[in-house]
Amino acid sequence: MVGFSTDAQASVIAILPEILMVVLAIVVLVLDLVWPRERRRELGYVAGFGLLALAALLWLLDLSPTGGLSDQLLLGGMVRHDDLSQIFRVMVILAGALSCLISMGVPSIRAKGDYYAILIISVIGASLMSAAADLIMIFLAMETTSISLYMLAGYLRNDERSTEAGLKYFLFGAFTSAISLYGLSLVYGFTGETNIYRLGRVLATTDLTEASVAIALGLMIVGFAFKISAVPFHFWTPDVYEGAPTPITALLSTASKAAAFGLLLRVLLAVFPPSSLVAALDNVRDYSDLWVQLAVVLSVLTMTLGNVLALVQTNIKRLLAYSSIAQAGYALMGVAAIATVTSGDGAAAVAYYMFMYVLTNTLAFGVVIIFANTTGSEAIGDFAGLSRRSPLLALAMTLALLSLAGVPPAAGFIGKFLLFRAAVDADLSWLALVGVINVIIGLYYYLTIVKVMYVDRSPDDGEPIPVSLPYGWALGISAAGVLLLGTFLVTPFIEWANRAADALYVLL
Amino acid sequence: MESSEVAIELYVVLSAILFIMGALGVLLRRNAILIFMSVELMLNAANLALAAFARQWGNGDGQVLVFFVMTVAAAEVAVGLALIVAIFRTKHSIDIDELHKFSG
Repeated sequence: MVGFSTDAQASVIAILPEILMVVLAIVVLVLDLVWPRERRRELGYVAGFGLLALAALLWLLDLSPTGGLSDQLLLGGMVRHDDLSQIFRVMVILAGALSCLISMGVPSIRAKGDYYAILIISVIGASLMSAAADLIMIFLAMETTSISLYMLAGYLRNDERSTEAGLKYFLFGAFTSAISLYGLSLVYGFTGETNIYRLGRVLATTDLTEASVAIALGLMIVGFAFKISAVPFHFWTPDVYEGAPTPITALLSTASKAAAFGLLLRVLLAVFPPSSLVAALDNVRDYSDLWVQLAVVLSVLTMTLGNVLALVQTNIKRLLAYSSIAQAGYALMGVAAIATVTSGDGAAAVAYYMFMYVLTNTLAFGVVIIFANTTGSEAIGDFAGLSRRSPLLALAMTLALLSLAGVPPAAGFIGKFLLFRAAVDADLSWLALVGVINVIIGLYYYLTIVKVMYVDRSPDDGEPIPVSLPYGWALGISAAGVLLLGTFLVTPFIEWANRAADALYVLL
Repeated sequence: MESSEVAIELYVVLSAILFIMGALGVLLRRNAILIFMSVELMLNAANLALAAFARQWGNGDGQVLVFFVMTVAAAEVAVGLALIVAIFRTKHSIDIDELHKFSG
């Protein structure tokens, strides 16, 4: 039986980021009350730089714990404090920080304290998702993220598109989370445990029919598939991405997706461990084949459908929505590769990929917001001549698109390389091949946008597009991140991702 | 004397029936509020299963989860109804088939 640590200091450190974020949310709400109206525009700086400082703190101060699994399971086994939770936390907090900064350019939300507070709460949920190690915490963290994102997606109450996006996201989200909960209840019913590490050991040694485990697994996966917008649970994605306020679209496509991947890695390996990981037990049953096959099928469907549908889009937010579906498909390749325990390559690749994806997508959405605010258009054709109207914006967008497409020196290249290598190492070469074909399809539509920006002419060529200070920060940080992650910081980040992956495989 | 114990299987079967009814409601109904009620039915199906399993295993973990599910469901009601009201104000309808302002 896995024991839980009761070390009070370690318990506080394990949820310190969440505690600090609660404080930050309260500070923002109080400042919203006491600051005069014209000053409230700066609330975004408080929220954004607060989160940014927290992400930097987590990254630079190495708070990762020593000791075995029993020392890392804290607060009654609710959370596990390990390198995996750290790396995913840093990325979701970073995504929240950048979303706060790019919110400052949207006139109808930039001076709203409650907006930033809800945004921070959704990041708290995402951050807890990265650390959750108990069915109760998994459910609560996912719902904390989801419910606050429903509110944010429908935040512009007088905008028909935003309320519709909110309602659609809400109905899909509530439906899938109810399905997921039923799966969780079945898993609890099989074992009588709610901590996923205890549960996994009981499940591995209990005599159950494969069909019943498959049903529980399938139901559980639905909630995750919704959050990462994997096909066939992607229907909400384009509509919600298009209708929601753009900073929230950026948050939806980064923080909640990254956190769901972190949790997915942890849950799959802990609840349905491959037999090699729990070899010390007697009569081990191995259900890992079930979810590996499921991940392979989801991966192929998701990346192919995402890329093919992206080809025909004319609205940039819808195109980025389908592109983000496709990106989730690539990352699922890494998930399919984690059951082969020769190395933690698959999990490390997913962690690295989501990190670079968070920065890349925020960069792309940041440019889209600036452009839409100035020109009032989200049509791809209207990006014509952007290179002459604002060379830096065009360059930033190009960098983001190259990274999404997987072209060096942008970080996307390394990310895709790691995923493909993990897939090949796990004897899934054909899956990697499908991935490569998809990358080629992706290149076409990403590069088409680059061509529109640089080659096509438009009558507005002479009108520059102003970039305000908060955007300068947000775009600068994410662009620097995308470049550095693809060049100078590759080694330290891969090492970090590898440490995170190693923690994932410690089950006993 | 006849035992008052009800077999665990009966609870699970009942909860599965409730769950499937809820899921069918979500998929077949077009009214946002009815869809929402069907989702609540699914959550309660899970609650019933959790409570039954908790009794079967003789530990409280499942029941703790039930409490949290009820709380979360209440929060969801608050947000969901607010969104439905917001939609109704602009469209004067809560039929989800009319949500195709932007094509799916």
